[in-house]
Amino acid sequence: MALLTILIDGVAYGMVLFVLACGLSVTLGLMNFVNLAHGAFAMAGGYVAVVLMQRFGIPFLWTLPAAFLATASAGWLLERSVYRPMYAKSHLDQVMFSIGLVFMSVAAMKYVMGSQQQIIQLPGWLLGRFEFVGVSVGRYRLFVIMVCGALALGLSWIFARTLFGSRLRAAVDDARVARGLGIPVNALFAATFAAGSGLAGLGGALGIELLGLDPTFPLKFMIYFLIVVTVGGTSTISGPFFAAMLLGVADVAGKYLIPQAGSFIIYALMVVLLVLRPDGLFARTKA
Amino acid sequence: MSAVLETRALVKQFGGITATDRISFSLERGARHALIGPNGAGKTTFVNLLTGVLRPTSGVVMLGGADITTLSREARVRLGLVRTFQINQLFATMTPLEMIAAVTSERLGLGASSFSRLDASATLVTETADILARFRLDDIMDETIATLPYGKQRQIEIAAAFAAKPSVLLLDEPAAGVPEAERRELLDTVAALPADVSVLLIEHDMDIVFRFATRITVLVNGQVLADGAPDAIARDPAVRTAYLGEAAHG
Amino acid sequence: MSAPDLAASGLAGHVRASLMLSRRWHTAEALFWVGAIAAAFLFPRQLLLMNEIAILALFALSLDLILGYAGIVSLGHAAFLGMGAYSAGLVALHIASDPLLGLFVGMAASGLLGLVTSPLVLKGNDLTRLMVTLGVGLLMLELANALSFITGGADGLQGIMMGKLFGHFEFDLFGRTAYAYSLGVLFVLFVLARRIVHSPFGLSLRAIRDNPLRATASGVPRNWRLAAVYTLSAAYAGAAGALLAQTTQFVSLDVLDFHRSADVMLVLIIGGAGYLYGGLIGSIAFKFLQDFISGFTPQYWQFWIGLFLVLFVLGGREMIHGGIKAVLARLRALKPGKRP
Repeated sequence: MALLTILIDGVAYGMVLFVLACGLSVTLGLMNFVNLAHGAFAMAGGYVAVVLMQRFGIPFLWTLPAAFLATASAGWLLERSVYRPMYAKSHLDQVMFSIGLVFMSVAAMKYVMGSQQQIIQLPGWLLGRFEFVGVSVGRYRLFVIMVCGALALGLSWIFARTLFGSRLRAAVDDARVARGLGIPVNALFAATFAAGSGLAGLGGALGIELLGLDPTFPLKFMIYFLIVVTVGGTSTISGPFFAAMLLGVADVAGKYLIPQAGSFIIYALMVVLLVLRPDGLFARTKA
Repeated sequence: MSAVLETRALVKQFGGITATDRISFSLERGARHALIGPNGAGKTTFVNLLTGVLRPTSGVVMLGGADITTLSREARVRLGLVRTFQINQLFATMTPLEMIAAVTSERLGLGASSFSRLDASATLVTETADILARFRLDDIMDETIATLPYGKQRQIEIAAAFAAKPSVLLLDEPAAGVPEAERRELLDTVAALPADVSVLLIEHDMDIVFRFATRITVLVNGQVLADGAPDAIARDPAVRTAYLGEAAHG
Repeated sequence: MSAPDLAASGLAGHVRASLMLSRRWHTAEALFWVGAIAAAFLFPRQLLLMNEIAILALFALSLDLILGYAGIVSLGHAAFLGMGAYSAGLVALHIASDPLLGLFVGMAASGLLGLVTSPLVLKGNDLTRLMVTLGVGLLMLELANALSFITGGADGLQGIMMGKLFGHFEFDLFGRTAYAYSLGVLFVLFVLARRIVHSPFGLSLRAIRDNPLRATASGVPRNWRLAAVYTLSAAYAGAAGALLAQTTQFVSLDVLDFHRSADVMLVLIIGGAGYLYGGLIGSIAFKFLQDFISGFTPQYWQFWIGLFLVLFVLGGREMIHGGIKAVLARLRALKPGKRP
């Protein structure tokens, strides 16, 4: 039954990746902006959780909303100040700009927190594994799956059913037309950027136990976010979700079953998918 | 007279929509032929089928008697089927001289040679000079194309197509967007194209069509509605209701 | 035109002159290369740094060939640098220590990798290309890591002994031979690149970069041309990698690291793409910046590079490039006029 355990681990991993990356997919779709520094927000969220727990003794569960709020406000501030002038520039400029931010955040975090891996002490009820119909399930992984699954459902509800969501979809479809219809695209984007950054921060905090956390986090996981976004496309919530699941399960299974191949399988998968479907696996085909 | 460009029962379907419906069309050698039709008549699809941007669902495209239905875009260009674009497609960072030289060198088959010098080919130099003179671009040939006025850019659009030495030239709304003051020069350019180049003009502007064309094909709803001499087309009641009447009001 | 024939022949002369002008050597270019040689004598203690600059310049030149001339963006150019470095290192370790042989093998191996991966960059838009090249770069890093029985894994290729250059010049501790060798290779490949970009092939690349639609409509076989220049660029990057392996006598996974790809992009962005000297000037600026910053904060120099990138893209570029353009315009004004 080890395969089912791998599956559950992979799903938990994929869930975290989804929460980490979904903000990026929306910003990419909405403003056609490539934010390679998305992982920096995730890292920041992780460190917020670490500092709150280690220095101030705040319980793990409370650090999660804190990580969300801290990175969301950071995202909101940065969007208003440095990101906004970048929207009109070329993809290459955007990429170089956000790589610059990544380098800065990596070095700054190294300076402030040191370059070692961070370890957190989870509350006792999240530790260990239990047997369920013969399958060994990690308690924390189950917790992650439930939290992230609820988030995914909530997000797709917002996306599909609320006024905010319908405006967002209209703007992703065609920002110019949306502007013409009187939708405040800029404000919409600021809000989405902040929320996306906050989710990344939350994902970073949830992911400490599963992905690890050190100052190179934004670089290490950049490619994972990009895979989720490019494979999942930017026009739905379900696209990135299934892409993240696929990636999570494939990565965990690959590393478990063929450890010597490392991340090779994942990168190869991404390149092949991009070549076969340059607009994403779940993207709607344009006429 | 023989047809230099011909289509037989050309059909293109997008999903359930038939964009061109069994179009059989022929362009005579040396023709001045206009293709007209209201928006959505299938003109763009038809041009894309001719130039190889799209593959037909069924039917055949023939150039000079040879089947070119499955040839690539650039292969068709090398065989002499060349087009201009409704919206200028230029090498914006080049000068007109460089752009004409680029097209000419490709036509002369030099494009893959990576060690020879551009100025080494006497043919390339004289043909580039000829085209610059013919299209009256010599006074601006060293300016960057992006900085030139729109009328001049339109002129370069046609000159560049001509540099590929077309036997068939498809002009897609050559005067579109050109201000009145520069329009005349452009139309003179079109009128002065050599007689051995067969021209298919895709146009909305009826003044230009009737001034220029000796034959007109009317496309409506993806089908050929009428085909014939300009005065016959002008008198055709079906055309008048389907198209000209509408244009006269609009 | 009162006398068309006369005007036309005069015009042909002008066309020829214009087509020649772009490839004619400028005094400033000669000065640049003389300066590069003179630097060896003026700063004999900086030869190792200058060697690094020459190698980075070659790497940036290789990126310029695809980015500046063909409009292909890449975030994975380190793949080719690494391929060249490992190939040259392995040749020196297992086959022969002759530097030129290693250089040749490095170029060939990278060129082959470029040819094989070129179909990946022919499709899609800038964004897909950025991701695909990034993916290929990371793939190569993973591969090198996984094939540790060939590459030495995290330990790298150690104990590379280089033979004498041309059987004569020993690689010394001060980097004298190294700099001469790297600068020589850079110069030869630069002249070759210069010739190529000013050929009909080079012009057709610029056509594709400016407007792929029109290029195709002019009969340019876009995919073949792009594949050709991608292969060439990869071979150039391979040469840079080979030089790196040979002159430092060490190859590690670092040559394939993402920061290499990002750095070289930064170098080219600093210097400006599309006129061949951008990568050369950019690499000088970059290395001095790096040297200066790591002088007082070696561990955190990436922070300052990042800050530089951010400020540069946000608005500093216009300032720097405006300055360079003004200088070039001055130089050009010293020459006799372009028009007849």
